[in-house]
Amino acid sequence: MLKKIEAIIREDKVNDVKDALEKIGIVGLNMFEIRGHGRQGGIQLLGRAGTYQVNMLTKIQINIVLSDRNLEETIQTILDSAYTGEPGDGLLFVYPVEEVIRVRTRERGQDAVMYPGDIDERKGRAKVGH
Amino acid sequence: MGGDIVVNPINAGDTAWILVCCSLVLLMTPALALFYGGMVRRKNVLSTLTLSYIFMALIGVQWVVYGYSLAFGSDIKGLIGGLNFVGFTGVDALPNGNYSKTIPHGLFAAFQMMFAVITPALITGAFVERVKFKSFLLFSLLWATLVYDPLCHWVWGQGGWLKEMGVLDFAGGTVVHIAAGFSALAFALVIGPRKGYGKSPMEPNNIPLTVLGAGLLWVGWFGFNAGSALAANGIAVNALLTTNTSAATAGLVWMLLSWLDGRPSTLGIATGMVVGLAAVTPASGYVTPLAAMVIGGVAAPLSYYTMRFRDRRKLDESLDVWACHGISSSWGMVATGLFATMAVNSNGTNGLFFGNPGQIGVQLFAVMVTIIYCFGVTYVLAKLLSWSIGLRVTVMEEEVGLDISSHGERSYS
Repeated sequence: MLKKIEAIIREDKVNDVKDALEKIGIVGLNMFEIRGHGRQGGIQLLGRAGTYQVNMLTKIQINIVLSDRNLEETIQTILDSAYTGEPGDGLLFVYPVEEVIRVRTRERGQDAVMYPGDIDERKGRAKVGH
Repeated sequence: MGGDIVVNPINAGDTAWILVCCSLVLLMTPALALFYGGMVRRKNVLSTLTLSYIFMALIGVQWVVYGYSLAFGSDIKGLIGGLNFVGFTGVDALPNGNYSKTIPHGLFAAFQMMFAVITPALITGAFVERVKFKSFLLFSLLWATLVYDPLCHWVWGQGGWLKEMGVLDFAGGTVVHIAAGFSALAFALVIGPRKGYGKSPMEPNNIPLTVLGAGLLWVGWFGFNAGSALAANGIAVNALLTTNTSAATAGLVWMLLSWLDGRPSTLGIATGMVVGLAAVTPASGYVTPLAAMVIGGVAAPLSYYTMRFRDRRKLDESLDVWACHGISSSWGMVATGLFATMAVNSNGTNGLFFGNPGQIGVQLFAVMVTIIYCFGVTYVLAKLLSWSIGLRVTVMEEEVGLDISSHGERSYS
């Protein structure tokens, strides 16, 4: 079973999260710059004379598609590396993934998200069919 | 004995210096375009740049055809210049006894042209991000003809009625900054706020552009103020020193005010510098550098809290032309009446602190006349255009942004 993690994190935590994921062997990921706000509703910035409220802040959304069995470890890694304890640390969403197809090799499913040196190879897990 | 001894009164040093100053003042219009262009939203950058740049073309023609003549032609009852310089007829390479005793008349006219170019460009900060380009062009031409040219004649033209009263305005406190600031206020009241103003934040798209613009304005202002001595002499040097001192002081004070409200904002510091420059403009050739420190130091809080007041009133005078130029230069005009001293400039007069309290009244009168005239005529012009061809783009065009909807281009792809 494949899952997708959408992690919405602080812009300034991108490198920490990327490094931590790399350390556990999450090789394939992509990210967007997004804008939004959560419960605290933005921050104040300085204008020409005094402050003003900005409610749409830049956040980073990291997308990872991975096997079910690696999900919990990856979630823990993101939670630890993205954490500051201040409002604005972000949210994680987890979805089931219907199918993955790699364009070059036409591999499907789990095979399509396996990489040399990834989390499975490190753990010596066997490649399983689907 | 031979004929008359002909002494060419043109002074090469003065001429070279004013040629440089003319170029420096020209640079201020692109600088202003950057200053403004950085503060609008990204969909209106090209539009905002164009609103300033177009004056180099529009007034560059208007001034030669008739603008200069209305401002500096033979006086008609103290109110307006005659048509004797239309098409720059008689504006030649020789000195002019009234305006340019040691430099060619054509150079004086060119130097003055750069003032006529930047003044209406200053007003554009009031109506960025929503003005209809066609109406803006028509307004600008009418404003230059009906407001700038007469006012310039009143204050600087030979026989102009305010000049005859003894008003001290070295480089354009009334003619440039109060005129632009209060016209901006009037126009903003007529055109109304941008869609969503006060509800969604309207963030500057590129503060580095604004900071660069402020820096170039400061450089250009040396030409504006020191050049207004019309000679390479001690008065020019004094004007340069007072200009620098006022900008420096206002920048520091603004930084502190911003700090008290949270952090020392970059945009705030750059704004404070420009406010100090606008404030000292009328005084620059008449006061000492220490007086300039007071002028800049007082201008900063005056302008800062005017901005806060305007914002609280939900008045969308978008880039604060009124606060930055109108208010600070009104103070500068009054301060000229306080601090002017003939020790700095023997062609001027003394102010209150040098035993001539009457000068304050003259200065205040000139400020009031300028405010009433500029605000009034601009308000009427804007209303007339609003009723006839309309001042604003459509709501849809405003949402799309003027770069695309008015000019068919975009700044960033």
